[in-house]
Amino acid sequence: MGINILEPGLSTTVQDLGRPGYYHIGIPLSGSMDRYSHHAGNLLVGNDVNAALLEFTFMGPKLEFTRDTVIALTGASMSILVNEVEHDGWQAIPVKAGDVVSFGFLIDGARAYLAIAGGIDVPVVLGSRSTYTLGALGGHQGRKLEAGDSLPLGPPQGGKVRLGKILRPDLRQELPKNVKLRLVTGLYWHRITATSGQKFLADHWKVAPEADRIGYRFRSGRKLEFVPRDPPFGAGSDPSNIVDGCYPYGSVQVPGGTEPIVLHRDAVSGGGYFMLGTVISADMDAIGQLQPHMTARFEAVSLDQALAARYDYFARLDALRGYLA
Amino acid sequence: MNPALTTRYSFGGDEHIFVEIGHEMSLEAFFLGLSITKGLSEARIKGVTEICPANASFQVKYDPDIISPRDLQREIKAIEAGAKRIAASSTEATMLPTRIIEIPVLYNDPWTHETLMRFRERHQEPSLTDLEYAAKINQLGSVDQFITAHSGTPWFVTMVGFVAGLPFLYQMVERPKQLQAPKYLRPRTDTPKLTIGHGGCFSCIYSVRGAGGYQMFGITPVPIYDPQQKISYLREFMVLFRPGDIVKWRAVGREEYDEIERKIGENRYQPLMRPVTFSMRDFNLNHVAYTKKIEGELYGN
Repeated sequence: MGINILEPGLSTTVQDLGRPGYYHIGIPLSGSMDRYSHHAGNLLVGNDVNAALLEFTFMGPKLEFTRDTVIALTGASMSILVNEVEHDGWQAIPVKAGDVVSFGFLIDGARAYLAIAGGIDVPVVLGSRSTYTLGALGGHQGRKLEAGDSLPLGPPQGGKVRLGKILRPDLRQELPKNVKLRLVTGLYWHRITATSGQKFLADHWKVAPEADRIGYRFRSGRKLEFVPRDPPFGAGSDPSNIVDGCYPYGSVQVPGGTEPIVLHRDAVSGGGYFMLGTVISADMDAIGQLQPHMTARFEAVSLDQALAARYDYFARLDALRGYLA
Repeated sequence: MNPALTTRYSFGGDEHIFVEIGHEMSLEAFFLGLSITKGLSEARIKGVTEICPANASFQVKYDPDIISPRDLQREIKAIEAGAKRIAASSTEATMLPTRIIEIPVLYNDPWTHETLMRFRERHQEPSLTDLEYAAKINQLGSVDQFITAHSGTPWFVTMVGFVAGLPFLYQMVERPKQLQAPKYLRPRTDTPKLTIGHGGCFSCIYSVRGAGGYQMFGITPVPIYDPQQKISYLREFMVLFRPGDIVKWRAVGREEYDEIERKIGENRYQPLMRPVTFSMRDFNLNHVAYTKKIEGELYGN
């Protein structure tokens, strides 16, 4: 084995970079919500970037290691303690068999990542080790971790372990309290009036408590106004209903026109609510680091701006790789 | 082919293209979507990672570092044009080799009843059960008449999704006879596993326990999703349904429900299913006669 779970934290799951190819039967990508932090953690401990690690929300677990290895904490800001001795995140830390690792209080962000040299060696299901809890699939028995669970580790993966090197601040994930989420409007944007669309983009939206790996719900903006219509056959009578269709990752649905929901890595793959646009891929990580009550605004961008932002995102990943090469 | 079908393309951020085939539901829209997405799969376009057919729309996920969104849109439009040409010129295009599957249902079961009672304040008519409400708004005199209408004709699986393996089903009757019901005013936070639900014109089978907004009519003892792949008929693949399957509900009593559940537990239950070739043309000529004919193929008469 490799790790015994002494305390599980609030919601701790095994994740890699996801399970593409099954969205057409309702099985979402899954994988780490903050993919940048996921990459950084694995690179620090010398893993392939797709290696499975632990993602935990708001609160860290307490772990006992049963073999010598190297670990790195990235993502949300909190301290990491090895046998009660405090360390900073964003660096590789050696641990020995018998060491107990725990975490300090959450300071900023929402999700932290613990990468472990060798990666977590749970079975590969449909091409991935990621946990999809709604479908009880992948990860450790398809669920979040519980006290008493044991996780196996894989053999070292041959990459360079960067002991003693702490990641430059500009190469760490940013964890702002207010974010601007860039959005390509479209899909069923035409269902709301032009004025209502402007209000949607102008309002400050607060993250609601119902925010998880499936989607982030926002509230406290103004209610949307719909363009009047005769309900199309099969859609349902509410003005926010459509004939059930697919939901893009990052798409923003607004059931009843009141509270927008941005779908994330464990997205429901489709349904009957209209969507007014899609958050660009480069801004998806930032959503995973939002805590309830933080605020976000939606900024409309063109497809070309979305592609430029994507290019910048990958350039930043390249810089990270270069720094840790 | 229905000339009223005008497709609408939209970019879903930088990784998806969303294509609406009809803004209202029809079998024609579903068939065109199935034909385009089949063509897309066969074209094996580099950079395409997910092809998701839906009821009257479909979605393609791609890697824009490999294929630009506008190039991909051009390719999809060319495939769409080809699919429309074939549909207009040949009857073969409206023939679908598929399966008909019988799903036993315990309507008005104790588990969905217990659940719906917990969420009455989210319902349009809290004083009625979901079945009573659905019977009333579809102008059927009683719950029994509603169950007869629901289980009396086969249904088409026109989409798989929402959660793992959940089928959306479209009733194979002429439009005025299709059962319709709005979704709950606010979604429930709980739905029993294997609930038969209904929203808009679609029925569904909830593959897992969880949130849901559809009216709840009953429950089937037959699992349709098994991530462990231990159930005999889900050993090869964990999801039972695929778009194009035809489902025939059969109302069963509590005794038979328990009996099937026991067989499932012992892993010696096999749902009744037969291969059929669905013909859109024959179906459109006479819905009633045609659905009777394919039901006959299921039961071997």
